[in-house]
Amino acid sequence: MSILLIAEHDNSTLNPATLSAVTAASQLGGEITMLVVGNACQSVADEAVKVMGISKVLLADSDVYEKGLAENLSALIVELAADYSHIIAAASSTIKDTMPRVAALLDVGQLTEIVAVESVDTFKRPIYAGNAIATVQSRDAVKVITVRTSAFEKAKAEGGNANTEVVDVVFDMGVSRFVSEELVKSGRPELTAASTVISGGRGLGSAENFSLLEKVADKLVAAVGASRAAVDAGFVSNDLQVGQTGKIVAPELYIAVGISGAIQHLAGMKESKVIVAINKDGEAPIFQVADYGLVGDLFEILPELEAKL
Amino acid sequence: MKIIVSVKRVIDYNVKVRVKSDNSDVDLSNVKMALNPFCEIAVEEAIRLKEAGIASEIVVVSIGPNAVQEQLRTAMALGADRAIHIETESQPEPLNVAKLLAKVMEAEEPGLVILGKQSIDSDNNQVGQMLAALTRRPQGTFASKVTVEGDKALVTREVDGGLRTLSLTLPAIVTTDLRLNEPRYAKLPDIMKAKRKPLELKTPADFGVELKQHILQLKVEAPAQRQAGIKLDSVDALIDKLKNEAKVI
Ligand SMILES: Cc1cc2nc3c(=O)[nH]c(=O)nc-3n(C[C@H](O)[C@H](O)[C@H](O)COP(=O)(O)OP(=O)(O)OC[C@H]3O[C@@H](n4cnc5c(N)ncnc54)[C@H](O)[C@@H]3O)c2cc1C
Ligand SMILES: Nc1ncnc2c1ncn2[C@@H]1O[C@H](COP(=O)(O)O)[C@@H](O)[C@H]1O
Repeated sequence: MSILLIAEHDNSTLNPATLSAVTAASQLGGEITMLVVGNACQSVADEAVKVMGISKVLLADSDVYEKGLAENLSALIVELAADYSHIIAAASSTIKDTMPRVAALLDVGQLTEIVAVESVDTFKRPIYAGNAIATVQSRDAVKVITVRTSAFEKAKAEGGNANTEVVDVVFDMGVSRFVSEELVKSGRPELTAASTVISGGRGLGSAENFSLLEKVADKLVAAVGASRAAVDAGFVSNDLQVGQTGKIVAPELYIAVGISGAIQHLAGMKESKVIVAINKDGEAPIFQVADYGLVGDLFEILPELEAKL
Repeated sequence: MKIIVSVKRVIDYNVKVRVKSDNSDVDLSNVKMALNPFCEIAVEEAIRLKEAGIASEIVVVSIGPNAVQEQLRTAMALGADRAIHIETESQPEPLNVAKLLAKVMEAEEPGLVILGKQSIDSDNNQVGQMLAALTRRPQGTFASKVTVEGDKALVTREVDGGLRTLSLTLPAIVTTDLRLNEPRYAKLPDIMKAKRKPLELKTPADFGVELKQHILQLKVEAPAQRQAGIKLDSVDALIDKLKNEAKVI
């Protein structure tokens, strides 16, 4: 068995989500090769060789790969695929964009967002917004897999000693072009990596009111998240959405403020270790999953929390 | 320009499914079914492009048993011009769906194909990307904005860190995210009119596509249930619990 694992990075550092995918891959057994594809990303490869459990790093470095366009990435991965029984990566937005293309070009199915490895061909994955867990078996020769990172511990980032090999084939399909991006800069921890997350919902009422929540987040060194209703209402940007169709988080502590607890929201946070709900409606479904609940007005509770933490 | 919209019949998003007692699957008997919410957004986007004079015709496609015709009629009530139903016993895996849609594209030669980003039942998030790969066309997935200019589509995508805009050479494949638009409701007269719009019935064999099973579903289980915890009466009590009982702050 041989595994090709696609690294997640921003051309300068390795995203820790990759380390969760390494853990999932290690559970398969067999040699793991990590593919670092990007532009001017030698520093990522330098981190990759140190990750525990990696036997080889492939570095595909070209300006064509700068923005991770799925058309080009998938062509490269398919070119390398012949040597591997498994192709695996963390379910980031780039990978969600790219992996199904890899599967289709190889004429195999894709296993989306696995949460457990049962054997080399059998996995568990949530369906119906996490209201059911399916055990699925791949019948294909090559298994193409994306990993729900919240379900796997991170592999050690240090201690490994792999060699780097340069891959110099470049694929430019020429049908899509990067135009622009608006990336949100925040001094807070990243949502999917943070050990504490505090999320706000429609109950916050406005973008300005989110600052009440942000002050508590700063005290707790927490990441800020949101429900879809809060994003739709324009209180915060889309990349903060937690849920079935947003980000999946499983921090040590998740605090839901002014969030009712729709199944789509729960799908993104109910694996958190400790859940706190703050809501003025004592009947809100969020309390059914909360370890600790506070029934009351968030406009009184948040400032008090900030002051006392 | 012709637009193809591919739609899936799924459980209504408000319904909380239960797992069957023999763990073979979820129980869908007597459950309310609907258009997949992301597909509703796909239909709406096509209608807006038609209203803006960019699209000339909207063809809506669904693959599955007879019942999917209900969702095709809904899409036509909303504004699609005609429908293609490719009949299969159950809803096939994403790669099979993509192969069938690739054949439909070959036959219909659309300028744009719009799909949902994800089915809310299987949570696969695959078909659009697979279709783009099979047809060697560019893709704009998780779109929150689409504009067509000449032979290009500008697609703003929701990505992990924010938003990213791509320029795609048409024909292109777009998959919708939640904020692309807010779908309209079908009006009663339009629901009546939709009954008379053309609906073509096809089979995979008509397209020379053989359905394959790549992934077997061995078992379906209920997830571990969380127990509701306790309600506290003050911020002080909460801080005390988090510090001394849960030890998370
Ligand atoms: C296809 C699809 C995908 C979806 N994906 C997601 C997803 O990924 N993530 C997601 O979150 N949602 C998602 N949704 C939306 C989901 O169904 C809910 O609509 C949404 O989660 C509701 O957000 P909310 O809890 O903030 O708002 P509401 O349900 O309106 O709840 C607001 C809560 O705030 C409380 N409140 C109000 N004022 C105060 C106050 N002063 N003090 C204390 N409490 C107060 C209220 O009691 C209420 O419980 C999706 C929906 C669809 C159809
Ligand atoms: N059986 C089907 N018939 C038509 N379209 C489908 C079908 N299955 C999936 N799709 C389309 O593909 C999108 C993504 O689905 P999936 O990859 O299954 O999550 C859906 O939103 C639909 O637009």
